[in-house]
Amino acid sequence: MGFVRKVWAIVAKDVAAELHTREMVSAMLVFSVLALMIFSFALDLRGTVARAAAPGVLWATVAFAGTLGLSRSMAREQQTGCIDGLLLAPMDRSAIFFGKALGNLIFMGVVEIVLLPLFSALFDVPLLRPGVVLVTALGTVGYAAVGTLLAAIAINTRAREVMLPILLLPLAIPALVAAVQATGGLVEGATMSEVSGWTRLLVAYDLIIVAVSMLTFGYVLEE
Amino acid sequence: MIQIRGMVKSFGPRAALDGVDLSVGAGEFVTLVGPNGAGKTTLLRVLATLARPTSGTIHIAGLDSVRAGSEVRRRIGFLSHRTLLYEDLTAEQNLRFFARIYDVAGDVERIHGLLERVGLAARRNDMVRTFSRGMQQRLSVARAVLHRPSVLLMDEPYTGLDPQAAQSLTDLLTELAGDGCAILLTTHDLVRGLQVGRRVVLLAQGRVVHDALRTDVDPAAFPDLYLRLTA
Repeated sequence: MGFVRKVWAIVAKDVAAELHTREMVSAMLVFSVLALMIFSFALDLRGTVARAAAPGVLWATVAFAGTLGLSRSMAREQQTGCIDGLLLAPMDRSAIFFGKALGNLIFMGVVEIVLLPLFSALFDVPLLRPGVVLVTALGTVGYAAVGTLLAAIAINTRAREVMLPILLLPLAIPALVAAVQATGGLVEGATMSEVSGWTRLLVAYDLIIVAVSMLTFGYVLEE
Repeated sequence: MIQIRGMVKSFGPRAALDGVDLSVGAGEFVTLVGPNGAGKTTLLRVLATLARPTSGTIHIAGLDSVRAGSEVRRRIGFLSHRTLLYEDLTAEQNLRFFARIYDVAGDVERIHGLLERVGLAARRNDMVRTFSRGMQQRLSVARAVLHRPSVLLMDEPYTGLDPQAAQSLTDLLTELAGDGCAILLTTHDLVRGLQVGRRVVLLAQGRVVHDALRTDVDPAAFPDLYLRLTA
């Protein structure tokens, strides 16, 4: 219970800080809308083109907006040495990982709650389906988890803002490919069982990344 | 309370701490002085379990600091030269967060009492980013002692404090030492170092080169001794 309470304290702290500033979620939202508009003009997203391109455009937008948020979330810990405050606390350091990852998941989730209906409305692509929502959730869990671990690695490097996307995007490829393929299948009318190979890959990726992050997060943050 | 034996901390080929031996007993108030780069901050960070020693042993309250990290951290209060405060939270939200992760019982009374003690009760609902450096430092002190640590490690705690706040901090530290808390405090300021601690330890090039009770130190001769030992 102590572990869960501490994880929740970290999540609540991140949400409270974001409610005060609103800088992270608003930046992610503005970025997402701008990215959608740019993709729309660049690819002329109408009719069948929209259906074919939608999964890729959606996940590229989620990935880039997510990177923005992940970077800011860890920068907040670094700014006044707060990460040391967390490391000094008498708790398993995996609690810091779960707290930060859950916070990042919530912020990415908020952006997706706006992004999915907006995308559906603008390009007439049926994204508001339970299957697509499930795939989006699975993909976001993996992305937030691996992103939290790598953001913790990046904050100890000199070029931390540049380093996160360079580290994150290659490692997130399995989750992004699986999410794009599953979303694409569901948009084209496939059933969940028909895309179950991709969803199983997403679940396996999430489990592996969470387990690895849980075991290594403390070492990543140590001097 | 703190026992360090032959502790070495290296960063690559450079030894920041090179065989440190030091003991601080319960209720002892020790001032650690030394020039820039002597290893004062590194020593405190290793003691606080923020960095691992390369070799040697550290025991805090009888516990091995490497093996029993979590139990050791529960006993340590740490004040860094950075505030370790969230600027986007209020003073009270900051303390409430740290109270939760330290399992502080009766946290509301404790938080209000400490905010009163450091003179920030009237500003408890203000964002930390609106505070002056001195106010942030006072709040950092409250954060460091919030969980009633038995060992207090303070890195330049007087930075940014006006004379009144500095006196208030000295009073608080003296009171905590009186209650049995072991205090190890670093400072560049030799005058203050000799004023506040009961024992003065001089660190130079990663080694303890002088260790004496304040009563055995001649304040007039100490600056010359300091220059000679740190040259």
